[in-house]
Amino acid sequence: MLKHVFLSLLLACTLPARAIDIRDDLGHTTTLAAPPQRIVSLLPSLTETVCELGACARLVGVDRYSNFPASVNALPKLGGMDDTNVELIASLKPDVVFVAVSSRVADRLRGLGMKVIALEPRSYRDVQRVLDTIGLALGVPDAQRVWRYIEAGVAAAAASVPAQARGLRVYYEVAPGLYAAGTVSFMGETLTRLGAGNIIPPDLGPFPKINPEFVVKANPALIMVGARGAQGLTERPGWHSVDAVRRGRICIFKPEEGDILARPGPRMAEAAQIMAKCLREKAAP
Amino acid sequence: MNLRPGLLLALLLGVGVLGIVAGVATGSTGWAHLGDDGMGLILWEIRLPRSLGAWWAGALLGMAGAISQGLFRNPLADPYLLGSASGAQLAVAVTLALTGTAAHNASLLTHLGLTGVAFIGTLAGVSLTLVLARGVEQTLRLLLAGVVVGVVLNALTNLATLWSPDILRAMQAFLLGNTGLLGWRSVTVMAACGVAAALVGLLASPALDALTLGESTAASLGVRLPTVRLLLVFAFALAVGAAVAQTGIVAFVGLVAPHLVRAVCATLHGWLIVLSAAAGGALLLAADVIARAVIRPQELPVGLVTALVGGVYLLVLMHRRGAPRK
Repeated sequence: MLKHVFLSLLLACTLPARAIDIRDDLGHTTTLAAPPQRIVSLLPSLTETVCELGACARLVGVDRYSNFPASVNALPKLGGMDDTNVELIASLKPDVVFVAVSSRVADRLRGLGMKVIALEPRSYRDVQRVLDTIGLALGVPDAQRVWRYIEAGVAAAAASVPAQARGLRVYYEVAPGLYAAGTVSFMGETLTRLGAGNIIPPDLGPFPKINPEFVVKANPALIMVGARGAQGLTERPGWHSVDAVRRGRICIFKPEEGDILARPGPRMAEAAQIMAKCLREKAAP
Repeated sequence: MNLRPGLLLALLLGVGVLGIVAGVATGSTGWAHLGDDGMGLILWEIRLPRSLGAWWAGALLGMAGAISQGLFRNPLADPYLLGSASGAQLAVAVTLALTGTAAHNASLLTHLGLTGVAFIGTLAGVSLTLVLARGVEQTLRLLLAGVVVGVVLNALTNLATLWSPDILRAMQAFLLGNTGLLGWRSVTVMAACGVAAALVGLLASPALDALTLGESTAASLGVRLPTVRLLLVFAFALAVGAAVAQTGIVAFVGLVAPHLVRAVCATLHGWLIVLSAAAGGALLLAADVIARAVIRPQELPVGLVTALVGGVYLLVLMHRRGAPRK
């Protein structure tokens, strides 16, 4: 026993001192002695970020909703937000666990002696910052190259939007029950960067629950909605008078496109291209 | 306070009419843009049916609450008992999980509509409870079976969402009480079901009065209990099914409406059913107007407002009634 302690002490002394402190989105500081080799990610956007930084092979487990890149589907699925499988995570002996800020298991995992980093990207700026944090934690140089790729992709998408689609007033429905993507949400930011308008005023916040009548009154020229929410949309009371409904300017995103659009992470450039394609196709005279 | 039933009904209906006027006046903007073209459409196709629909949904729930509280002789009997709400929930979840988003399935879904599915689910949940309780002979067994069916069906719903996580948002949106998308068709459906359920309820109300004296006394008074119970359960399922299918699950209205009536007016079940309908309608409509008005153009979930408004009012009533007289 003593020999083991001595050996590990010796090892710790001889290794290059590379311990780094990571400050997460909850202000919690985690010290990592060496770049983690066994990583668990419990948020799809963080899983995608880890993989985009070239550390996909170091992932040993992900949450139930992480499904990109395809290789993560072969990993143990560790449950969702409310039913995270703590025992399975512990048995994987991860060097670090990336969780969402709202995750309830962070304290429990820390109590079991695991290193937990809570991150939650919500906007473009957050994505850029989270890239740096994860890059630092993983010991990956130049994490910002992913950010430059996102910026270039979004800019290219914006350039592909024709002049007549610029300023087009868009209503982006995030969820039925009428939750809209406001201008301050990352989806709204993408719309703005593409040069499109948004019927939701900025002071309503990222994802306001709005009165359906507001949409009729605002009369959007284009509606973006997921396949689930599109059912019966045109039959909602009064919606037949909405410009977008009358002219058939409704983009219905497929579920796999919905994943890309709903995750603030490395695929935001792809999301911008999906929205740009919608603007190109529907704004054609 | 003890009002005459006729007077109370007039008062409650008056509140309802005021609510309709307020509902037509309140939307994402209020009166401000009344002159705009297109405002006529908003008033006629959105605000008026929405307000009427909210009233009818509340009336259905209030009525169902009065029936179930009388039938089970239990003031805590909620219309979502007997597996109605959980049946609707499971039906919606399974339909969403099975249909996916494939085009040919979607057309089936639009044909029947999630509202139709929810209605069938409600009836199926109540039927299952009836089967498990081996008929309607024993009130306590019926109540217990309802609770058990509710728990089991909820567990199955959770299983369905676990199996197909992407339905979660769509399901929540459908089931969390939402009055925002009520059109004229919803109003017609709810009004028809409401009138039918009220007629059955009124027809069977003497039996409910007899039941307050206990089941054996009621039987000795010549009440044909099995037939009457079946009729009442049918009326109850029709009312709850129509309301849940059109507006989702709005909390508390069905429980609180009969209590509001009883607190101010001691009366027989015939009047209680009618008055509870009027009270439930007024309550849900008022809650809907508040939900649209406070943070417009955003909305509060209407169930949250019904719980706050109804709950606080009931607490005040209880406090007043319970205060020692000096």
